[in-house]
This record gives sequence, structure tokens and C-alpha cells, in this order.
Amino acid sequence: MVTSGWKVGTVTATRTQTPTGRSIDLAVPGWPGNVAGQHVDVRLTAPDGYRAVRSYSLASSGPGESIQLAVDRLPEGEVSPYLVDDLRPGDQLEFRGPLGGWFVWRPEQVENVQLIGGGSGVVPLVAMVRSHAAGGSAAKFRLLYSVRAPEDAFFADELAALANDTFELTWAYTRTVPAGWPTPPGRVNRELVERVTFAPSPNLMTFICGPTGFVEAVSNILVDTGHDPARVKTERFGGA
Amino acid sequence: MPANLDGNVLAGPLSEVFQFDSTTALVECMHCGDVKVFAVAQVWEDPMGLVARCSTCAEVLMTVVETATGTVIELRGIASLRVQSEAVAD
Amino acid sequence: MSIFTRGFSGRGRDNNPALPPGQYLTEDFPVLSAGPTPRIDTDVWEFTITTESGTVHRWNWEQLMALPIEDIHTDIHCVTRWSKLATGWRGVSLDTLFADVDTSYEYVMEHSYGGYTTNVPLADLLDGQAWIAFEFEGEPLDPEHGGPARLLLPHLYFWKSAKWIRGLTMMAEDQPGFWEQNGYHMYGDPFKEERYW
Ligand SMILES: Cc1cc2nc3c(=O)[nH]c(=O)nc-3n(C[C@H](O)[C@H](O)[C@H](O)COP(=O)(O)OP(=O)(O)OC[C@H]3O[C@@H](n4cnc5c(N)ncnc54)[C@H](O)[C@@H]3O)c2cc1C
Ligand SMILES: [Zn+2]
Repeated sequence: MVTSGWKVGTVTATRTQTPTGRSIDLAVPGWPGNVAGQHVDVRLTAPDGYRAVRSYSLASSGPGESIQLAVDRLPEGEVSPYLVDDLRPGDQLEFRGPLGGWFVWRPEQVENVQLIGGGSGVVPLVAMVRSHAAGGSAAKFRLLYSVRAPEDAFFADELAALANDTFELTWAYTRTVPAGWPTPPGRVNRELVERVTFAPSPNLMTFICGPTGFVEAVSNILVDTGHDPARVKTERFGGA
Repeated sequence: MPANLDGNVLAGPLSEVFQFDSTTALVECMHCGDVKVFAVAQVWEDPMGLVARCSTCAEVLMTVVETATGTVIELRGIASLRVQSEAVAD
Repeated sequence: MSIFTRGFSGRGRDNNPALPPGQYLTEDFPVLSAGPTPRIDTDVWEFTITTESGTVHRWNWEQLMALPIEDIHTDIHCVTRWSKLATGWRGVSLDTLFADVDTSYEYVMEHSYGGYTTNVPLADLLDGQAWIAFEFEGEPLDPEHGGPARLLLPHLYFWKSAKWIRGLTMMAEDQPGFWEQNGYHMYGDPFKEERYW
């Protein structure tokens, strides 16, 4: 279903998630509900009428009139510093959505799912993990989550708490590892992918999301290691 | 270095004009004949407008410009567009 | 109807009376990108002017460098609302390049490596108003900003200054280029705010 037009939501809560990022809860009267993986376009309007529009994934899914976003602040960015530093409960935000019907996971899907996220690219994948946990789906989920340092992870405690025999969580640290971590920091590479993610299979769907460079690198590794490109879905957030 | 986005980001701007979800639509490239879902197109976010290019041959499929008075969409490189119904959207 | 966002003003958007209407000053040089950046070696680079008779005037890099080179100091204005003041360039005047070109057509289509096009009246390219520029602030023009060479046509919005320029084609009538087909103005005078049609 496509819903166009701009809606207004009211910020109900914000929570610091990382040194540079936070989650934002909004109440949106008339929100039609959304599928895990969808996003919204947020529109900010300055007093002189100038507007800036950016896309943000929904960390929430399902019915109900409250939604959740999670935003990482980019240095010198126009919109993300406002959302991370200035927005406060009671403020109104305009947005359109829910948007996108391709980079989504529905609870009725039965195949196993590999999620691979870099930085704030984990946000739509968190919606999928939550949807999977809520629905008691028998599909097996794995998340490989790449962050610069342990403190940079969004929803870290919640993800750790959700891990069970149908959801496996693996961390990759690119700059700083926690004390006692067995391997040095480094980018997600072929060796790690082959060791911790599901092997290629017609019964597998993979979702990769994050900065464009991350998505390109990881999807190339997957295709090189025998994954069917039609079973690897990608969403690029831009940046380097 | 600017990096490209992909067709997922077109969902919002195109929702202003089309009733269907553009990301699951099948697009046939006029230049190389390849058929792929719109979500995998390369999208360049030029501040003047969005430029969608074929992920196979990099030629321009579509441009979207938000002018002062409305949205201008040009489908210059699209030979055909097949809109998928909800049931087969995956 | 839209709501205003409390405390949001946008990036560096204070008005400056020295600038064309609706523009703000920027210190950096934002990169616009409608596609992958073409990388053209000066060994294979060439520039052409094609007239109605089918005559093609052609310059390779070495020939371009042998022509009189001018220093240009000028303001530039992008339709996406940033302006830069007193930028320094080096390039060859289009008056020099058109000296031996025989044409009665009044319009020009600029063509770039990578496929970009933009249209301009011939009169706007002559009389010391336009250059093929290959140096910016004392450095070779880098590929992100249109190197090895771009058109420099500073009295119009900057999208009329085609990056990665490869040739000009004379036209009997004014026809729209890449952005002009998509809602942008056929002429693009920043002082008249000719952004869209
Ligand atoms: C489908 C989709 C979903 C997304 N979901 C999320 C999400 O869930 N969470 C999230 O955090 N992000 C998400 N993003 C990214 C988000 O849309 C923004 O791109 C991001 O927040 C940066 O916006 P910004 O306005 O802060 O930065 P921008 O102003 O767009 O700038 C981006 C970078 O470029 C530089 N820059 C650009 N122009 C200039 C200029 N003129 N002067 C100086 N510097 C400049 C800045 O330094 C900055 O680092 C998503 C993107 C897409 C496409
Ligand atoms: Zn193609």
C-alpha cells in the first residue's frame, strides 16, 4: 500500500543510543501501520520557508499510531544534527510514508534471514528483528552488525536480549574492540562473512543496509561467495 | 566523493505522483534492455534533482526535479514499467 | 500548508545583499553529481565545435594549451542557492576558439564526457563571457569539479557551465539540455532568478 502526502507527528520521547545518535519516538494520528524495513521522508521547514527533506528508516513496525526512528549525527550535516541535538518532546515533525515495499520483511515469510548492517544501517534491520521476535516466526534470523566501536551500536542491549535459538547476533568492530575480544578491529571481510553468516541457499533472504561503500563491499562479497544476487536485498544510506 | 544511493530513496518523491510502490516496479532499460526492480537502480542525489541510472549500464532511466510549483518526472530511459501487485511484491 | 520546524534554519542561509536574490555565500565548493565522475586523461581528451555545414573544429590538449590563456576572477552562482565570490580560474576564451568558426546559427548545445548536455545562446559564449577552464585556484581542475576541463560561463547559473566539456554543437533553434528538459529554465539568469520554467 502506498500512502502519499505529508503527515504531522509529535515527538513523545527521545533516547540517547550512542555518542552521536539517538532514537526518536513519535505519535502519529492516522498512521496506517507499516511493514518492517520501510522508511519515511522527514521534512524540516525554516521560518523563511526553506525546506530540507531526508529519508529515515522505521525501527518500528506493525499496527498502532506510534513510530520510532533512530538517527546518527553526521558532521556538518544539515538535518541529522538537528534531529539528534535540537529536537525535543512536544515538537512536531512533518513526514510522508510508510515508504518502500521492496526492502521489507513480512512475518509470513518462512525462509531464513541474514541481516547485515553498518552503523545506522541497522535501523530497518532492527525493525525486522523485532517483528520476527514478536511474531514467533520459525524462520532463523542472523544479524551481523558492524560498528566503529562498542559504544556506537544502536539498540545494543535490546538486540543482545533478543538473541536466542532463532536469532543469532554477531558484532564486527572496525576501529575499537571490547576488552578481551578475540580478533583485532577491521572491516567486514570475506573470511568473517563466510564464518558467521548463513551459507548460500535458495531458502535464504539477505538484507544489507548502511553507508553506500559498506553495502557495495558486503554485497560483492556475498555474490562472490555464491549467493544468488536476486536473494540479496540492499539499501544504501549514502555517504562514503 | 559523492556516493550514489539506490532506488529505495525514490519511494517518497514518486509517491507524490504514482499510486503504486515504485521500489517493486520492474523497469526495462531502454539502453541495454535489462529488467530489474526499481529498488536496485543507482540513484544520484544531485541537489538539482534525483537522477536514476540503470545498475547494469549506468545510462539515465529517470530524473525527478522538485520545482517551485511541483514535481517534474522524466522517464527518458525506461522502455517499459511493470507494476507488481501486492501479492508478488517480493 | 506546512508547519515550521522549531529551531531549524538550514545550512548557512543568511541573506547577503551583494548576491543575486535567494543566494547564500559558501566557502567550500559543493559537488553536484548526477552520475559517476568521468575520468578523462588529457592524452585522449579533445574538444570540438560542430557547425551546420558538418564542419568539425577540433583541439587536443596540447593544441588547447598552445592558445592564449587568460586569468579569470569571477563570482559563481549555483541554482541550488550557493554562491562563491572572487573565484580564480585559468582558461582559453571561447572568442579564441570561435575565431575561425563560420556559423549563422544562434544557439549552442554543450556536450560533456558522461553524456550531460546544456543549451545556451551563442551570444552568451562570446565577448569575453565564457572560457574552457582547466585550472581552479592555481591547481589543475580536479575531476569532481569537471576536470580536465569545463566550460566557465559565470553570468548564468552554474549548471550552464558544463563539467567535463567535450564539444559544442551549433543549433538553429534553442533546444533543452539535460536539466532544461526537466523543469529548469532555458536561459538561467541568476539576477532574474530564472530557476524553473
Ligand atoms: C532509504 C534511506 C533510509 C535512511 N535511514 C536512515 C536512518 O534510519 N538513520 C540515519 O541516521 N540515517 C538514515 N539515512 C540517511 C539520511 O537520509 C541522511 O542522509 C543523513 O541523516 C545525513 O543527512 P544530513 O542532512 O545530516 O547531511 P547532509 O546535509 O545531507 O550532508 C551529508 C554529508 O555531506 C556533507 N555535505 C553535504 N553538503 C554539504 C555542504 N553544502 N556543505 C558542507 N558539507 C556538506 C556533510 O558534511 C555531511 O557529512 C537514510 C537514507 C536513506 C536513503
Ligand atoms: Zn541499462
